[in-house]
Amino acid sequence: MSRMPECDKVLLVQAELDGELDAAAAAALAAHRADCPVCQAATAELAQARALIERGQLYQKMPQEVRRRLTAQLAAARPRASPPRLRVVRQWWRSAASFGLGATCAAAVALLVVLPRGPDLAEQIVAGHIRALQPGHLADVTSTDQHTVKPWFDGRVDFAPPVKDLAAARFPLSGGRLDYAGNRPVAALVYQRDKHIIDLFTWPGDAGLNAPEIGQRQGYNFVHWSQDGMVLWAVSDLEASQLREFAEAWRRSP
Amino acid sequence: MLPHLDAAYNLARWLMRDRAAAEDVVQEAMLRALSYFASFKGVNPRAWLLQIVRNAAYTSQGLDRGAQLVPIAETAEPGMVTGDDLVSDADDPEAALIKARGARQVHELIAALPVELREPLILRELEELSYKEIADITNTPIGTVMSRLFRARRLLAQSALASEAR
Repeated sequence: MSRMPECDKVLLVQAELDGELDAAAAAALAAHRADCPVCQAATAELAQARALIERGQLYQKMPQEVRRRLTAQLAAARPRASPPRLRVVRQWWRSAASFGLGATCAAAVALLVVLPRGPDLAEQIVAGHIRALQPGHLADVTSTDQHTVKPWFDGRVDFAPPVKDLAAARFPLSGGRLDYAGNRPVAALVYQRDKHIIDLFTWPGDAGLNAPEIGQRQGYNFVHWSQDGMVLWAVSDLEASQLREFAEAWRRSP
Repeated sequence: MLPHLDAAYNLARWLMRDRAAAEDVVQEAMLRALSYFASFKGVNPRAWLLQIVRNAAYTSQGLDRGAQLVPIAETAEPGMVTGDDLVSDADDPEAALIKARGARQVHELIAALPVELREPLILRELEELSYKEIADITNTPIGTVMSRLFRARRLLAQSALASEAR
């Protein structure tokens, strides 16, 4: 095994791979790595480890037959676990348990209902926008060409963000960066209208919003909607009417 | 039906020595999860369930602690990678290396990692949990999670490289 000299920034290299660095820290790391052979080597090594893992097909799903057996066992065990004195919820529980499998289904529904939900997504999005407006934080890739911006995201996020050039609608693309919202890494595309910056955050999902919905936080307007399996949030200091125009231009663009 | 059963099973399979022990752990964990679900106040039920699985695994007899630190086993089976050996892009050693690794061998390399390295690797790479979530699940400081994850990946890359060199 080769011994490598150490650099205390290698864990940041890894954090970047894991989508745990914000744009500012990622930019600082890129500057450092340009002169640090240890971090360059770590980048290659970590990429190799990830490639091995992806190749390994390591996820071990529960076999159907185990699932059946387990579900039956859980259903059978549930009534015994019920305490003698029952409150309303537990009573409900027990009646569900008397259906055997039904109890397990109810628990499954309960587990499903409590979906992860951030404190307030709009707040996170606006905060991400404000952070990005600080000098030098706006874009990790600066380009007006959608064919440069889109591939930049390859390997940086686990989805291919839709990148559209809206120059014809007077919203030229100016770049993109990685950001973090709703407990996941997201793609942020940067557009401009005159001197105003528009951040468009996007990630896979469906918020069930076909028509754009407008809102305001801390003096910034935002509009969000879902389209083609992606959630989209645009934030800017533009007037609400112009931001709505942006959303419409995006939605209509092929 | 139960949305996180696969996640529970996957973690158990990677922590436990064999399939039977993993099934026991999942069953135990699900019973606990169903009993305590009312008291669950977090935002991520999957991470919460994985924490219960993890705790059940650690109190079980069948936990696979992983004996060897640097597993470079001669376990590659004859014929396993022959098809993949015909790699044309010899200019790119990384691509060639990756092509030559059978999925099975990667599996064995990870299974042989010490459990404290294997665990964060599985949670990060297969469950795609954040450092913070892994720290909570494993009851470990976040800095320790990061360094263990790094060691796990480095060991994996280097053992793959070492067995390639033979």
